[in-house]
Amino acid sequence: MLTNRAKVVVKKELSWSERIYLPAILQGMLITFSHLFKRTPTIKYPEQKREFSPVYRGQHVLKRDESGAERCTACGLCAVSCPAEAITMDAAERKKGEEHLYREEKYARIYEINMLRCIFCGLCEEACPKEAIFLTDRIVPSSFTRGEEIFGKDKLVEPVDAPIDVSARQTNDVLEFKKNKKFYHNLTFNDRQIR
Amino acid sequence: MDPILYTILLCVIVFGISLGAAAYMTWGERKLAAVLQDRVGPSRAGPFGLLQPIADGIKMIFKEEMIPTHSNRWLFVLGPCFFMLTACMTSVVIPWGSGLTINDTFYRMQVTDINIGLLYLLGVVSIGVYGIMIGGWASNNKYSLLGALRASSQMISYEVAMGLSLIALVMTTGTLQLGEIVRQQDGGFANVVYQPLGFLIFLICAFAETNRAPFDLPETESELVGGFHTEYSSMKLGFFLFAEYINMFISSAVMATLYFGGYNFPFQHELGLEGNALAIVQSLVFMLKISGFIFLFMWIRWTLPRFRYDQLMNLGWKILLPLALANIFITGLVMFFSGKLG
Amino acid sequence: MLTEYTFWFLSFLAVFSAFAVILSRNPVHSVLYLILTFFSIAGHYFLLNAQFLAAVHIIVYAGAIMVLFLYVVMMLNLNQAEPQRTSAWAKFLGAGAAGILMLVMIAVIRKAEQGTPAGLPVNAGTVENLGITLYRDFLLPFELASVLFLGAMVGAVYLSKKEIT
Repeated sequence: MLTNRAKVVVKKELSWSERIYLPAILQGMLITFSHLFKRTPTIKYPEQKREFSPVYRGQHVLKRDESGAERCTACGLCAVSCPAEAITMDAAERKKGEEHLYREEKYARIYEINMLRCIFCGLCEEACPKEAIFLTDRIVPSSFTRGEEIFGKDKLVEPVDAPIDVSARQTNDVLEFKKNKKFYHNLTFNDRQIR
Repeated sequence: MDPILYTILLCVIVFGISLGAAAYMTWGERKLAAVLQDRVGPSRAGPFGLLQPIADGIKMIFKEEMIPTHSNRWLFVLGPCFFMLTACMTSVVIPWGSGLTINDTFYRMQVTDINIGLLYLLGVVSIGVYGIMIGGWASNNKYSLLGALRASSQMISYEVAMGLSLIALVMTTGTLQLGEIVRQQDGGFANVVYQPLGFLIFLICAFAETNRAPFDLPETESELVGGFHTEYSSMKLGFFLFAEYINMFISSAVMATLYFGGYNFPFQHELGLEGNALAIVQSLVFMLKISGFIFLFMWIRWTLPRFRYDQLMNLGWKILLPLALANIFITGLVMFFSGKLG
Repeated sequence: MLTEYTFWFLSFLAVFSAFAVILSRNPVHSVLYLILTFFSIAGHYFLLNAQFLAAVHIIVYAGAIMVLFLYVVMMLNLNQAEPQRTSAWAKFLGAGAAGILMLVMIAVIRKAEQGTPAGLPVNAGTVENLGITLYRDFLLPFELASVLFLGAMVGAVYLSKKEIT
């Protein structure tokens, strides 16, 4: 008896009023009737959206820097940290003339996240040294085939003209880190040209 | 207007009303079920999902039509048609209103007031089971067959108690004519005051006859994969489901007619309404009563769990039948001692 | 005119379905044809202005007895068209019984009055008149019939009951 809520089963003969069942039926009907006046907790999704917590972990984004170059350098730390082994990537060397596309000499030629395996724990985000991957408040869309659920760079990298705001997820530590201009990758494209 | 033409027109109107009511009962059922379970229910098709029945109908018609190879083709098609036919047939004896007078011509609102109205009702109800049995057997599927057998034995069992509860009613009213029964309840008390037990028995039997929960054993999803309509698809399945709603509508109308005064309502003659206005209000009140019973049907369905089969048979034969007999006996005694006999 | 056409149609339907009952291979079809026969006979009752008889005929025969027939036939699953083995003795007896029944029918029809019974009022078949006739003029046969039914019922209960030790 830890909670004092255990109910001792008593098997006794039903009384006459219990055996005609009508009172019990009426009781049940009253219970259902009372639900007529209860508020429905339904959120009508496309029109109404549930308010997310500021640190909600949804679909990933691969950020670009201020000048529009991809931050990811294909170091592989996110793939290592991923407990679900959902991330694969293939690195490539930046060619001449691609400096405005990729921030550093090495970049991810292929970067894939299997959304069916991903558990949205956010460890990739924590592991990333380049502030390249973030989880956003976007919901991963459903699809008809499994193949569509493996998101490549086309779906993960943010568009140049429509950057995705992840400031809510950037903790003070991250912001502090970004201020530190002595790290090369915190410099903007133009700064680096000067240097 | 030509009487035959008028009768045909009235038939069309009555069928139209019962079909339309059945269509919107599917919406009502889903909406009520949702609300009772704190959900929203159909809300996408039109405002409050009011176009949902139309969407469902279109979906049903355009679905692929399948007839199993090993089934009996003719009977397979005949089953749902017959079920639908018998469901529609009962509505002709129900008085939907007292009648309208336009240009000195009296237009009745009951297709036919035959002097064996109640027997006609019982007869049509009793052959209603053939649709299910034929369909279930012709499917050549063991689940369908089991559903059909359950349906037939259930309907036979409850018809007995139903008929006996009606006999007590006939004893007090002294007529089998539905129009006359309604007219008798004008001014006085409704029949339910004189026949409370009979009404209760009739109500329970009506649930069993329309195969509604908690007596929906012929179409249990969990054990019989849908029962007698397992093999049906497209509009033939639609017919089965639709006819069930028509049955529900008609039995609500019958209960309102027999036990709750039909289109009469209390103090109707003190309102100052005359003639046509009164008749229209009466019809609306009748519809209101029917809606009340439909609400009861749905309310009970979403409250009570299904009976076990032996419980069902026990209730029918060992409880309702003796109760109905006792009801007849008591009614007879009361009538004898109050001097209402002969 | 319409009545006459209806009569011929119903008669044709009744005879046709009655033949179909004994000629169809599948027992379920036989039962369904028998139900059709009952319906057409009920239609004949309607034509004779005996609505009560028609309604009761449908309720009792088509609605209750035939449902039980159909129930049993479906449950026993007599679909397999296996040739029924009947002994010559049974066939002989059956033919004899049917012959006697036919003799009785012929005798009844011969004795029946020809032409329409003009003496009967139009509403002879209504509930009131039928009830008055049954409970005034034929009270004793009626009660005897009910005693017979009671006996049959008790017998059925006895047969279906488990052995009482």
